[in-house]
Amino acid sequence: MKRAECIGMLYPDLEDKPVVTIMGACAQELYDLGHRENFFYLQHAMGLASSIGLGLAVHLPRETIVVLDGDGSVLMNLGTLATLARQRPRNLVLFIFDNGSLLSTGGFESHTAGGVTDLAAIARAAGIEHVAAVDSVLAFGEAAIEAFARRDLSVIVARVAAVGPNHYGMDLQLAENAFRFKRWIAARKAAEAI
Amino acid sequence: MSVSYENSKIVFQGIKDTGVTSLSALPETWLGLLLQQAERDPDVRLIQVAKEEEAIGVAAGAYFAGERHILLMQNHGLLAAINGIVSLAMLYGIPLCMLVALRGHWGEPYPWHTRGGIVTEGVLRALNIPFEYARDPTQVRRQIREAYTFSQSSLSPVALLLTRDLMEEPL
Repeated sequence: MKRAECIGMLYPDLEDKPVVTIMGACAQELYDLGHRENFFYLQHAMGLASSIGLGLAVHLPRETIVVLDGDGSVLMNLGTLATLARQRPRNLVLFIFDNGSLLSTGGFESHTAGGVTDLAAIARAAGIEHVAAVDSVLAFGEAAIEAFARRDLSVIVARVAAVGPNHYGMDLQLAENAFRFKRWIAARKAAEAI
Repeated sequence: MSVSYENSKIVFQGIKDTGVTSLSALPETWLGLLLQQAERDPDVRLIQVAKEEEAIGVAAGAYFAGERHILLMQNHGLLAAINGIVSLAMLYGIPLCMLVALRGHWGEPYPWHTRGGIVTEGVLRALNIPFEYARDPTQVRRQIREAYTFSQSSLSPVALLLTRDLMEEPL
């Protein structure tokens, strides 16, 4: 399956959730479906998407935080899985799209290529109770529905093909994205307080 | 050498003065008494990270959530967090108020801390991160408050270096 299919399936569910996505193909595929004010694109700082998600989750207990991550990024910050397990935010769903490749930087194989390293197993061993490993669109959809219904920290590792979009670019400056993302959250908090 | 209990209390009070609702930290000796106080404080969520760069992400998340946050780390942790500081905080204009234990500087007996201590100020200057040294317990609460204020107004990382004079009991 392709990551774009998975993101397309998730997209309707992302309308009312703060979403943090990693750089490159993943960010572009989300953006191309239609930017929303609740999407934050982490265009660099590989590995920190789930750390941002943690900071959001602990402070926004009424929101469900979605993080779209990748094997290359997670491998740069494996400690995040242990930190997440220890903090156990009940409102965070972490999707890891594992294409076994550093696709955006030339397609070199990552450590997960050929099943050498198993990120789902690492997440479980880090202490995360709800971890699903899926390799079909149907299983991905089911795992996503379960994760959103669970109200507990959930990780879904989706094995996807190493393909991305044929173009890159967004009509959105980085700082602009940060300001607007923050404002969307502030407006939600203000509406809740009323 | 032992960590100053009294001054740790003052530093923690300075942190509390800013109105923080969460702290991210990687424990280290000089920060130990501070973190114990944070653990006991029901109004502060302490998020212990496995490596300091994670804390840059956590701080960004707290900022987006509209909450006040301070980072506690050793200077070697600051060195380990540089890509996150540059390519998340600076790139997107996210404030960071970092309290940094300055190990490996004047009076340092342990060889393993020395290289990190020697380069810390130079690295902060190279990164254009505003910093001050905190040496005097009568000044540190004001310094923390001002560091926090400046991080928010400048949307920049700011570092307050917690020195041996402040964090250890005098001989």
